[in-house]
Amino acid sequence: MESDDVIEVLVCRGTGCESSKSDVLQERLVEEVQRHGLDGRVVVKRVGCHGLCQQGPVIAIEPEGLFYCQVKESDIPEIVESHFVKGQPVERLFYEAPDGKRIPHYRDIPFYSEQQRVILAKSGHIDPGEIDDYVAAGGYKGLERALKEMTPDEVVAEVERSGLRGRGGAGFPTGLKWKFARRSPGDVKYAICNADEGDPGAFMDGSILIADPHAVLEGLSIAAYAIGAHEAFIYVRHEYPAAVASLKRAIAQSYERGFLGKDILGTGFDLDIKMMEGAGAFVCGEETALMASIEGRRGMPRPRPPFPVESGLWGKPTVINNVKTLAAVSLILRNGADWFRSIGTEGSPGTAIFSLTGKVRNTGLVEVPMGATLRHIIFDVGGGVKEGRKFKAVQTGGPAGGCLPAEKLDLPVDFDSLKAAGAIMGSGGMIVMDESTCMVDVARYFLSFTQAESCGKCTPCRVGTLQMLRLLDKIRSGRGEEGDIEKLLALCDTVVKGSLCGLGQNAPNPVLTTIQYFRDEYEAHIRDKVCPAMVCKDLIKFVIDPDKCIGCGACARICPTGAARGEKESVHTIEQELCIKCGACYEVCPPRARAVMKVPVGQTLEGAKGGAE
Amino acid sequence: MPDQTRAELASRLIPMLQEIQEELGYIAPEAVEWLSEHLGVSKQEIFGVATFYNFFRLNPPGRHEIHVCLGTACHVGGGEKLLDTIREKLGIEPGETTPDGRFSLERVACVGACALAPTVVVDGEVHGRMTQRSLKRLLDRIEREDREAMGGK
Repeated sequence: MESDDVIEVLVCRGTGCESSKSDVLQERLVEEVQRHGLDGRVVVKRVGCHGLCQQGPVIAIEPEGLFYCQVKESDIPEIVESHFVKGQPVERLFYEAPDGKRIPHYRDIPFYSEQQRVILAKSGHIDPGEIDDYVAAGGYKGLERALKEMTPDEVVAEVERSGLRGRGGAGFPTGLKWKFARRSPGDVKYAICNADEGDPGAFMDGSILIADPHAVLEGLSIAAYAIGAHEAFIYVRHEYPAAVASLKRAIAQSYERGFLGKDILGTGFDLDIKMMEGAGAFVCGEETALMASIEGRRGMPRPRPPFPVESGLWGKPTVINNVKTLAAVSLILRNGADWFRSIGTEGSPGTAIFSLTGKVRNTGLVEVPMGATLRHIIFDVGGGVKEGRKFKAVQTGGPAGGCLPAEKLDLPVDFDSLKAAGAIMGSGGMIVMDESTCMVDVARYFLSFTQAESCGKCTPCRVGTLQMLRLLDKIRSGRGEEGDIEKLLALCDTVVKGSLCGLGQNAPNPVLTTIQYFRDEYEAHIRDKVCPAMVCKDLIKFVIDPDKCIGCGACARICPTGAARGEKESVHTIEQELCIKCGACYEVCPPRARAVMKVPVGQTLEGAKGGAE
Repeated sequence: MPDQTRAELASRLIPMLQEIQEELGYIAPEAVEWLSEHLGVSKQEIFGVATFYNFFRLNPPGRHEIHVCLGTACHVGGGEKLLDTIREKLGIEPGETTPDGRFSLERVACVGACALAPTVVVDGEVHGRMTQRSLKRLLDRIEREDREAMGGK
């Protein structure tokens, strides 16, 4: 290594990489660096989510911008010896493109080069546990500008001019919300950060809190200043222990450094931020329920108006913003409203952040300008559908969102166009589904979630979702009748109209969109008693093709009920009465045999094979 | 404002329930009595809150806590099948503890490790990209370690 530059080794400690033992990697790196006497020349840092979770655990090397994927503990000595001592990067750990080529720099990997990382720019590049890293990256410049150079009204005006819309999903103009709260009479006001990221399949907010917590604290402080609050809360999901720990540390450091507390930055502005952990209630993501929870009550929504900006926490004017909204606020105050407006679309400026998961090649955290198409996100950034399967649907917006089919792939992603298509932007979950996903099953899944999470206050939501769930169960189990789809649609209408909060109003969306775009699948379940994706348990059975069985016994060993059985080295069978259709045998049957098959329940193996050929 | 103090006390209810559960593993009846006295909130209200939120449990957990993630990505990736496997193997339903007090089973909405779906969290440790086989191996390993720990005593 010819240059004297310090090598920074950034070890991703996001939830994904951490569960693949990146903590151990970091320890080993430190040990090896010390063993080779490289202290001071090589600095090992923990960073938050780098985004490309699929390839985790990942390690980035700066300033070169090299990127190691799927690093194992046993790779560490080689990385240190070869790369840091001899200056020869370990090529076999570079990202492998679909064509087999290795890509050394993360900026050249399509997953990154096809994104525009603005809010996530620091994620994976700074140590979230060190406030100095954040400050060195330009952090707290936005707060400083707001406090020292602007009046609260000017801050509100700047955010209004930026066109920022709430990233929690509803897309309400943030500046307008602040203006209402600012104008509400009263000395005591509150600012709240909603970090109760309850959508299953979404991890953007948690990742930002782990990777860049100060960006959110800074945004929250700016919000408090703008509306005239001296007390603020962050309501964070307790299911995210790493985010909780990251925030605790960040808050403590901010107090130490004078970014929180009395007389912030010598401007006379006082602010305290308290963190509150949620207790596992999805409905608490709804703002009035969230406030009830902070007050120590059951998190049940109440009618609006009055809106929180007039009467919120303890009856005081309150502003509630999402994690991503506040992170954007920090940047808007630092770089100006015009800069923000230059990204995204006229109606939805800025970027959109998604957690891209499901049957897509590159799962992870993605940021693109608003207005990018679904196709761009799923195919250019996400690399398309896994294992060369066919794309079937994409689900956005979590349980309140909808499933969009291939025809909608060229839809630009922003608040308005997704809504027009029946889905919603939501907080940012994006789940890709392939032909092996049953849309009736998916609709039932989301509904079972909202049904269980319904707080029970509004009868249409409490009872309506249960009735819908029963109908879907009926269809899924092959007992569906003509007219069931119409009954479902009628129930959807009632639940939408008769519910107070977004949970109930949007709960029918997954059902409505799957019926709208995949009605044939519902009809196949109802009329033909067939699940085209071979997912619904009551409509399929597992059988072993005697011509293909090699008698390896893998199925018999894994079968939890003893249904799969047979003598060693001879053809195995599945006792249908004992089979619970868990599919374990299907999963373990070796690829060279592929003897275990899924067959429609009314068909014989021969019939199914005949049909397939 | 006297109401202010009452409101403040009430707002401590959820954090205190969390602390109690952290300490005891569940919300014991004695703890509810104690809280009621100290916070001036009725026992009914405390039970109301404790049963409303999924996090709180009113019975002691097993020594090993298994949380099967059934977030969307995990559902699509086969989380239900993993749950079936555990159900069958341990003979308990979500929310229950094995009679010997060794395992308790819960379903969780999402642990935020969607990119590694399907995931199972055992004793706080996230295990990603689980298959029926790796799950079975994991459970076998825990049982073996338990046996060894017992034998070692």
